[in-house]
Amino acid sequence: MSSDDVNKGRRRFLVATTSVVGGVGVGLAAVPFIKSWMPSAKARAVGGPVEVNIGKLKDGQLLKVQWRGQTIGVLRRTPEMISGLVKNDGVLVDPESLQAEQPDYIHGEQRALKPEFLVVNLHCTHLGCVPQIIPQVGPQPFDANWNGGFYCPCHKSKFDLSGRVYKGVPAPTNLRIPPYSFLDEFTLMIGVSSKGAV
Amino acid sequence: MAKIASSVSKQASALLAWVDDRLPVTSFWKAVMTGYQAPKNFNFWYYMGSLALLILVIQIFSGILLAMHYKPSAAEAFASVEYIMRDVDWGWLIRYMHTTGASFFFVVIYLHMFRSLLYGSHKAPRELLWVFGMLIYVLLMAEAFLGYILPWGQMSYWGAQVIINLFGAIPTIGEPLTQWIRGDYFISDATLNRFFALHVIAVPLALLGLIMLHLVALRENGSNNPDGIEIKKNKGPDGTPLDGIPFHPYYTVKDIFGVGMFLIVFCFVLFFWPEAGGMFLEHDNFVPADPLVTPEHIKPVWYFTPFYAILKAVPDKLMGVLTMGASVAILFFLPWLDRSPVRSIRYKGLWYKVLLAMFAIAFVRLGLLGMAEGTPAQTWEMRVWTLVYFMFFVLLFFMSPRAKTKPEPDRVTH
Repeated sequence: MSSDDVNKGRRRFLVATTSVVGGVGVGLAAVPFIKSWMPSAKARAVGGPVEVNIGKLKDGQLLKVQWRGQTIGVLRRTPEMISGLVKNDGVLVDPESLQAEQPDYIHGEQRALKPEFLVVNLHCTHLGCVPQIIPQVGPQPFDANWNGGFYCPCHKSKFDLSGRVYKGVPAPTNLRIPPYSFLDEFTLMIGVSSKGAV
Repeated sequence: MAKIASSVSKQASALLAWVDDRLPVTSFWKAVMTGYQAPKNFNFWYYMGSLALLILVIQIFSGILLAMHYKPSAAEAFASVEYIMRDVDWGWLIRYMHTTGASFFFVVIYLHMFRSLLYGSHKAPRELLWVFGMLIYVLLMAEAFLGYILPWGQMSYWGAQVIINLFGAIPTIGEPLTQWIRGDYFISDATLNRFFALHVIAVPLALLGLIMLHLVALRENGSNNPDGIEIKKNKGPDGTPLDGIPFHPYYTVKDIFGVGMFLIVFCFVLFFWPEAGGMFLEHDNFVPADPLVTPEHIKPVWYFTPFYAILKAVPDKLMGVLTMGASVAILFFLPWLDRSPVRSIRYKGLWYKVLLAMFAIAFVRLGLLGMAEGTPAQTWEMRVWTLVYFMFFVLLFFMSPRAKTKPEPDRVTH
């Protein structure tokens, strides 16, 4: 075959279309393998809602429960703790919790369905460590004007007793609030908002 | 006797000839070893490449043996490592070889990279050699990170938590991406199991491929040397460079001496100081992973701390992640940032000595600060050194084409 007979345009067209179709095919064939990395059906099932009885929580006590492998804290706040929240507004990044990840039925400085019970995802919004609760009001090594709250040992982020983040710390936003609802006065359902499971 | 010996040697060369007709053994050996001319003025810094290869072999060898006893499941991992340490005959030796090897890998690689900064080994025509080296370095960091999860101690767990959440900083796709990496809503058995697969199969295979490309690219243009001049410019009547000597036997012998010296230091740490005071094996990692309790002070192993300090220096999460990424990414561009007409620090002039010294101090200081608790004063110091780190590249780019250089010699010096 002499090279004069080669239809170069046709050859280029065939190479290009074959490459494109082949490329799309490879892309689609990759889907199962990429998806195999997603949480399995078992992991999704284990990630279901969690029922918690909070009737025995004492004033100022923090209960830690696990939901989807996350540590969720339930803090029974005293009236002084609740009334003290307003004082923090000046040192907070987002006192109204406008940027925070939280259900739409959570708002205000109390960030709770019932002000007495703070239900909060304890993982620091910086890099996921679990802050310690330091409820005492008074000077601390990391803050001379400490008004009680959560302190992250990893990178020194500070949050108040509503999980609202202080200014000048690495955490960008307030602690997250998971969807939750009350089945009765002292039975909490984490992972289910009043509208249903997520 | 002599008769038998000569007949054996005759048969051996006949066998070699038979193989050579089917596989280019002799010609390959000649091309890359006995016929390959390397500059005759290599110094201490030129040990690091062969030592890195040695450590790779140590890691693969000890890793295979560890994988025979280790169990990659959240329920059994921690106990299986303790089983290796206490019950497997010589298991402690094999594990300490692997952990000590990991830290020494980075010692050697950092010195190997610094050699390039000293003598301009990344400059044309060796840019791809440097880029392959950088890819190897990034993969090595991935390999070290993946391996660090496997003992399933507290620092394994929370270190992984911090690193994986870095991906969560990416807008929109961040959260699903972290789920995809973990295979769960948190770091769990699924995460450990896949990290084991990546650590023992995927990343090592990719590393071997890249190391091959690195070596092919090295043999293509030959090694640079401490004077940074091209030895191929001065050739003798037989066509070989006047300043070149055959790699084998000259540098194989030199490298064997280096291996001996290295093994003395390596074995000292391996037998007498394997934890290196919490630097090679962190104290918190002797506590089993607990998703409900965060250790007081989370820090990565020493070889990641310079970059960790850069992450912590930036007050914004996304910007911090981007800055840390940039601190590694910028190294890839070094061959094009260094626009100096000469390669070696010996002829670049005083400005480069000052610049490189500042860069080295910044890197070491960031490493130390990355391990520290992080007081406000330290955070400010981290910011200063982060700035110095990046200024090295900026100043290099602007000063290298303008600065006055010293004349390069025609022939290599010692």
